[in-house]
Amino acid sequence: MSTVPPPGRETPSRGPSSRETVSLSDPVIETRDLNVWYGSSPALKQINLSVPRNKITAVIGPSGCGKSTLLRCFNRMNDLVATTRMTGVILFDGENINGPETDAVSLRRRVGMVFQRPNPFPKTIYENVAWGARINGYQGDMDELVESSLRRAALWDEVKSKLNQSGLSLSGGQQQRLCIARTLAVQPEVILMDEPCSALDPISTRSVEDLMDELKRDYTIIIVTHNMQQARRASDMTVCMLLDDSVSQENHRTGVIAEYSSTEKLFTTPSDPRTEAYITGRIG
Amino acid sequence: MQELHTYTPHSRIRRILGPLFAIACVLATFSGVVVLSILLGSVLSTGLGHQAGRPWYHLPQNAWDLGQLLLSLATKTPGESAQTTGFRVGVVSSLWLLGLVTLFAVPVGLGAAVYLEEYVRPGRFKAVVQTNIANLAGVPSIVYGILGLTLFVRGFGFKPFALGYSIWSGALTLSLLVLPVIIIAAQEAIRAVPTTYRQAALALGATRWQTVRDHVLPAALPGIMTGLILSLSRAIGETAPVLMVTQASSLLNPPRGPGDQYVPLPLEIYNYAKYPDPADQTLAAGGILLLLVLLISMNAVAIVIRNRSGRLNRN
Repeated sequence: MSTVPPPGRETPSRGPSSRETVSLSDPVIETRDLNVWYGSSPALKQINLSVPRNKITAVIGPSGCGKSTLLRCFNRMNDLVATTRMTGVILFDGENINGPETDAVSLRRRVGMVFQRPNPFPKTIYENVAWGARINGYQGDMDELVESSLRRAALWDEVKSKLNQSGLSLSGGQQQRLCIARTLAVQPEVILMDEPCSALDPISTRSVEDLMDELKRDYTIIIVTHNMQQARRASDMTVCMLLDDSVSQENHRTGVIAEYSSTEKLFTTPSDPRTEAYITGRIG
Repeated sequence: MQELHTYTPHSRIRRILGPLFAIACVLATFSGVVVLSILLGSVLSTGLGHQAGRPWYHLPQNAWDLGQLLLSLATKTPGESAQTTGFRVGVVSSLWLLGLVTLFAVPVGLGAAVYLEEYVRPGRFKAVVQTNIANLAGVPSIVYGILGLTLFVRGFGFKPFALGYSIWSGALTLSLLVLPVIIIAAQEAIRAVPTTYRQAALALGATRWQTVRDHVLPAALPGIMTGLILSLSRAIGETAPVLMVTQASSLLNPPRGPGDQYVPLPLEIYNYAKYPDPADQTLAAGGILLLLVLLISMNAVAIVIRNRSGRLNRN
């Protein structure tokens, strides 16, 4: 193990300072003093973040520091966990997503999500893409939408001859791109990706990363990843999250933002010693 | 100083005990099968055996003859003697019951299961309801019969609510009887659907209802069907609760609507089996065969539906 003293002990609350690092004129998603609890144990503390439009923002950090929890705040998937509690504000296009006038169901169409393990529906490839659009009342030509979504997900050529086969018959990488196509079909503004490549082999990972780069022209992408090379390769901005040692205990781990800046800067000249320790592999 | 341990492997005993255990398991498996075959064999030979005093049945030459025999047994109304009688009343009554129980119990059972699995948050309320349902599944069927008599036949003494000894009463009573089993089986099936489907659907902007309708229920269908068929088979085969909610022990004509009196197949079998005349007992055995045919066809339908719906789940 490292000889570095436990980071953060001297400066216990570094969270709020991260706001100063990046200021954006037109953020898609913005959090202000976001705190999340599971039951009585805090999971996220003082998260202040501005996610830029049409960029890829990576969220890195050690296991259990709340990266996925943060991601799931943005499309209110945490609502589904009964014990979740939240304070602070999350703005999406300037609107409070937890406000009484925001409907979680319609929010989730605008903020799509791709999961850690490819999870196509046990239906045909065509139906996998068409379903989301149909239940959201899509009025246009469904065949066209399916084709364009699959094309955008760089999957069309591989599946165009077998649209009526089960989505589960595809390989892992193809399944994940099918899940991306499914998300694109409901025309979201933001795509949240929760370690989308962790179950994929390197070649499939590459194809998904290329795809992300392609998609950022039209979408804002927030990707949680364990893979620092991936964050470095694929993202424009990087959030480095860490465990808050002052509150974290054995079973209650609390995440804070250690640093948030451009990927370039974060990986070459990190300003926080804990970020440096994490990205060089000394902690986490 | 470390103590020195020796091993006593008992290899000989273990070598004997292992196979012994396997044999015990095999015996346990076959005891059920053997009893079932003896039962079926005796029913078949009683029902179809060519014996003096049972001239009505003769051992059929082939499957076609057997079919003809069962068909005439199923369609004839009671005649003067065992030779000219049939189970038309019982078959028609039982089919009415089957249809109505399906109509009542399936939507209610599925609805309850979906509510308990997809909507209720875990907590005391769910625990109480859940325990109640589990207990109801174990209540003796005759108790449901008494409940049905009070609730449906007599309408708690309020004339306007009393349904009398009609098929309505029988079907409602049997619905109550099978509901807990349907709910529990459907709950298990719904619980076995991977959470990832629900998350994927909700993340696309689906409502809970759309998620349940298009993903959870279709994926749970095979399990739900198994529970349904078992429950409906039970409803068809039950005799005890029906004894309480039917008045006639035999009818000359089958019921023409759900408001009519009825005598379901198991009750007719029971009635014939009580008579000392061997011809009547033969008739009872024939009735059992009809009931088995009915149950086996229901199971076949369930298997077909299960295989159809499982198609896309495989690669």
